[in-house]
Amino acid sequence: MSFLLVFAIVLAIGLVAFVVGRQRARAQDDGTVKPHSRAHYHGWWAFLTGVVPAVLFLAAWDTGASAYLDSHIHASLPADVADGTVAHEDLAAGLVKSLASGMRRLDSQTLAALPQSFAELQPMLAAKGVALAPDTKDYMIPIAADANRVSDRLDTIAAVVSIGLALIGVGFGLSRISPRARARNNVEKVMLWSLLGASTLAILTTIGIVLSMLFQTIAFFEKIPLTNFFFGTVWDPRFAAAGSGGAEGQFGLIPLLAGTLYIAFVALLVAVPIGLMSAVYMSEYAAPKVRAVVKPALELLAGIPTIVYGIFALVTLGPFLRDISAALTGGTPFIQAQSILTAGLVMGVMLIPVVSSLSDDIITAVPRAMRDGSLGLGATRSETIKRVILPAALPGIVGAILLTASRAIGETMIVVLAAGVAANLTLNPFEAMTTITVKIVNQLTGDLEFNTPQTLVAFALGITLFALTLVMNIVALYIVRKYREQYE
Amino acid sequence: MTDISLDTLATSVARPRRDIGLKKRYAAERRFRLYGVLAIAIGLAFLAVMLTSIVSKGYTAFWQTTVTLPINFDEKIIDPSNKRATDPNVLITANYPKLAEAALIEKLGIDPNDKAQVRKLKGFLSDSSRVQLRAIVAADPSVIGTTRNVDILAAANLDSAFKGQIDLDVPESRRKVSDQQVEWMNKLKAEGVMAEHFNTGLFSYGASSRPETSGVGVALIGSFYMMVIVLLLALPIGVAASIYLEEFAKKSRFTDLIEVNINNLAAVPSIVFGLLGLAVFINFLGLPRSASFVGGLVLTLMTLPTIIIATRAALAAVPPSIRSAALGLGASKMQMVFQHILPLAAPGILTGTIIGLARALGETAPLLLIGMVAFVADYPKTPFDPATALPVQIYMWANEAERAFVERMSGAIIILLLFLMAMNIVAIVLRRRFERRW
Repeated sequence: MSFLLVFAIVLAIGLVAFVVGRQRARAQDDGTVKPHSRAHYHGWWAFLTGVVPAVLFLAAWDTGASAYLDSHIHASLPADVADGTVAHEDLAAGLVKSLASGMRRLDSQTLAALPQSFAELQPMLAAKGVALAPDTKDYMIPIAADANRVSDRLDTIAAVVSIGLALIGVGFGLSRISPRARARNNVEKVMLWSLLGASTLAILTTIGIVLSMLFQTIAFFEKIPLTNFFFGTVWDPRFAAAGSGGAEGQFGLIPLLAGTLYIAFVALLVAVPIGLMSAVYMSEYAAPKVRAVVKPALELLAGIPTIVYGIFALVTLGPFLRDISAALTGGTPFIQAQSILTAGLVMGVMLIPVVSSLSDDIITAVPRAMRDGSLGLGATRSETIKRVILPAALPGIVGAILLTASRAIGETMIVVLAAGVAANLTLNPFEAMTTITVKIVNQLTGDLEFNTPQTLVAFALGITLFALTLVMNIVALYIVRKYREQYE
Repeated sequence: MTDISLDTLATSVARPRRDIGLKKRYAAERRFRLYGVLAIAIGLAFLAVMLTSIVSKGYTAFWQTTVTLPINFDEKIIDPSNKRATDPNVLITANYPKLAEAALIEKLGIDPNDKAQVRKLKGFLSDSSRVQLRAIVAADPSVIGTTRNVDILAAANLDSAFKGQIDLDVPESRRKVSDQQVEWMNKLKAEGVMAEHFNTGLFSYGASSRPETSGVGVALIGSFYMMVIVLLLALPIGVAASIYLEEFAKKSRFTDLIEVNINNLAAVPSIVFGLLGLAVFINFLGLPRSASFVGGLVLTLMTLPTIIIATRAALAAVPPSIRSAALGLGASKMQMVFQHILPLAAPGILTGTIIGLARALGETAPLLLIGMVAFVADYPKTPFDPATALPVQIYMWANEAERAFVERMSGAIIILLLFLMAMNIVAIVLRRRFERRW
């Protein structure tokens, strides 16, 4: 019986229990005793006592069963395969598994007289639309058939036990219904626990991010020494050719880090003055009517997906800058179509609304009294802004710039399309440079083998990026929070 | 008192007005204002340039040139040895493009034996006529031997030429459409046989190596699955987490940790979520690559912080008097939250959710890592089948060299932006209509 079917049956039992429970609670309410909980709480409690244990058991059993099945297949592989390398054994086990899932589609007559050679079996499976790797061996057929039998048995046990659990739970829940039973408190306790569980998901996600990247990164550093990665100035990972062992490439972080920071710097050069000035104008000068139109228009920039910016840089701005530079020198362009300048400019525009909305919050948080004091002493508005408001808001603005910088460093699609893929070390903003995010995408698109350094390096890059942005975010959030407290 | 004021009065009359550089200061004031206006103007100008550039490149993708031809389903071409009754493969492998070519030859009045002329017809009609005509024959084999009008797609280059996107002043050898083909094209146009129609194919086709038969059909379905998954997972989990943090959690180390975590996750680069998806969902849990289910899970994790932050703001905006009133009338805390606070906060929560969904819809980077960059021609039947997403399809077309793909790409961007605009408008309307100021 399939997992989903069992789940559906358990749910159905629970729903019946809900209806019966509610009915019973209503019937018991004869007006003599004041009931503690309303009838539907009794129904829900019966539902929960039935469904929750059954579903938890089902989930645990499912995880355990697949692990057990794995070890069962590994154990039944012939000795000469099992003695081989781990990778080889995993491969054989994988073939057995796909063979077993393919054999599920055969009808029972064919299964009863199962051919013992793969050459005979393959056309039968192909007729059912199952394509299998040609290096499936004859000895795998009985193992696969056995695996299917074992997993059938495990599934039957799971179905019987979980349905049994559901029935017992429902019986328990229904038997406890009485006017003074504290059904509402019980239901609310379960609700509270599930709310708590939902809020821990944020922590689980962070742990997941760190752990998933950490394991792969450790595997990477087992093949490539730390110093080569962090201090290497050459990025040339080569391609993971089959059988090459893959250790030939060079994985220097420096050119990627330099490109990332350079492009982010150019982007900030565009975004900070423009964003800050528009925030200042918006909060200090603009008439309410102008503000009502211009502010959402600028926020449109934030709503446009970054891939659209990237395409604009690739298709329009890059060629345009190249042609202009060609026209200036009268022939050879000195700005490449994919360059730091193009990527930085476009990313800068993307960040304008980020800077301006963050600074807007910060500027409006400066107390009215400081503004009025300065104006009352005869300063002009711009003097008030430059000498009073901005200095007072400075810590907050620094925090905002840090947050923006972390966005710039982690931005992917614009640089993938507009910055180029060559890992140069250059100071010329008209040339192409590449970034950490571009290389993560490059190394992980296409067919992957998971144990080559060419693939694993992406996780090392990812954890570097994560650490970099994490530090910036924490510092920025700390500064912004401190700043807010200062004026509250 | 009195003599001091007299004293100052006397001197102030005598002293000339001190020059405090007012002129300069006012000039500086004007300049500062101008900078502000300039900054805003630059931002808006860039927005305008970007949108016009995309729309002007992409609006033509919504039209497609077709040639209406009387196709004679000639038995001699489809089934020369008359074996279709016994061998079903005959109808599948028949030379259907030849039917379209023969119809075109007749329409243009070319001598079928003039090999040089016939060769110039190559690349006039799309090769998709094979699939199209085969479908007609497969649906109704009795059509063989009769003649029927069929709209055949023009090949991508002819489509561009028809829309006037190919510069015909360039020497013939350097463009992809020959003079002869242009002459034929004009002839067919004059007869009204060749015309532009609304391009429904753009919305229904999947990936294809031919621009005229490629579309965002598969990508739309993939994106739809992902949005449904994000909505089903992120909304309940996000709301539950916010309720706990805002209404139940006592301030402790643990809740502080959760809060710092959520704020950080909101600022983690999206590509890192892609790495998480690749390592955990695909490599560790063994879920299929390129599946919209995995994409939906990754986008859920990415959208959760946005939804949580918006929901908490909406919950916090409900005034405490509502809480006190509910509790005072004997509601339990859980009843107070679910029956009073949550309905009042719903507009704010929905607005935040829609904005989060809009961001998830436009997100590309994490999807590249979990294998959504795939050539998928068939519609995914379930979220576990290979699919692409709208922004990923745009990215894939951006890597194609042909001009016609750039047109499709810009068309797809317009579709994406329209979706985002619709979602944002819904969010704004919701906010305007239902938000209460307390």
